[in-house]
Amino acid sequence: MPDVNPVAFVVLAALALGGAVMTVLTRNVVHAAFWLLEVLVATAGLYLVLSAEFIALVQLMVYAGAVSVLVLFVIMLTLRRREDSVRTRDLSWPVAAMSAVLAVAIAYVTRALPVPAPERAAQPDVAAFGHALFTRWVLPFEIASGILLVALVGAVWWAGRGEEL
Amino acid sequence: MRVGLEAFVMLATALFAVGLFGALSKRSAIMVLMSLELMANAVNILLVAASRYVTPATMDGWFFAVFSLVVSAAEIGLGLSLVLALYRKVRTAELDRLDTLKG
Repeated sequence: MPDVNPVAFVVLAALALGGAVMTVLTRNVVHAAFWLLEVLVATAGLYLVLSAEFIALVQLMVYAGAVSVLVLFVIMLTLRRREDSVRTRDLSWPVAAMSAVLAVAIAYVTRALPVPAPERAAQPDVAAFGHALFTRWVLPFEIASGILLVALVGAVWWAGRGEEL
Repeated sequence: MRVGLEAFVMLATALFAVGLFGALSKRSAIMVLMSLELMANAVNILLVAASRYVTPATMDGWFFAVFSLVVSAAEIGLGLSLVLALYRKVRTAELDRLDTLKG
């Protein structure tokens, strides 16, 4: 069983969960984007606690670095006035009840599931991760690069067209 | 006191539920995309944690998490560019104003 620091876990979990709740509850879209950034950074911390250093680094670069900036850009581009960022509270109680029921159901079902013990204890390291990525997982890796290329071209095609649309 | 996999399952479940609530109740397309990002994030936390506890030697879940990161990065990029294209056309990013197909 990996040695996860309980204090770090509790702090980071509280940060992630609190940030997620604030993302959904805040009325200002720009504030929501910054709360989302906080959740993504706390998630990178959780990956570090699980000794997944490479994924934590990717999370920081791709999400905290690129995605949150992209979200902020689109928010700024689609707001005509500064006041538009503050929205009326659009929360629906049926959806809240449904999400809560789903969460309780998942917690109830997974509570009884046995956690299989690992065949052998091992400390994961980045070198082994990189080696496996380019040997055993090389086909998904190439497909992922294809997906990124298609998404890049698609995003430019969609967003880059002018008024002739 | 040791932190078990159950703690991560609970955390991921709670994060997923918060994201689902946001994705279904928000009227701004950008807020919906941000909530989708929260849900994808919860799944990734679960993948990384489960792999660390169950398959630490082969790190299978970590590769799943990396590819899931790639797909959700592509998804948010495409989603945001779609919002921009829509905004150019109809001058709004509010989902309940997009009712052209409503009978």
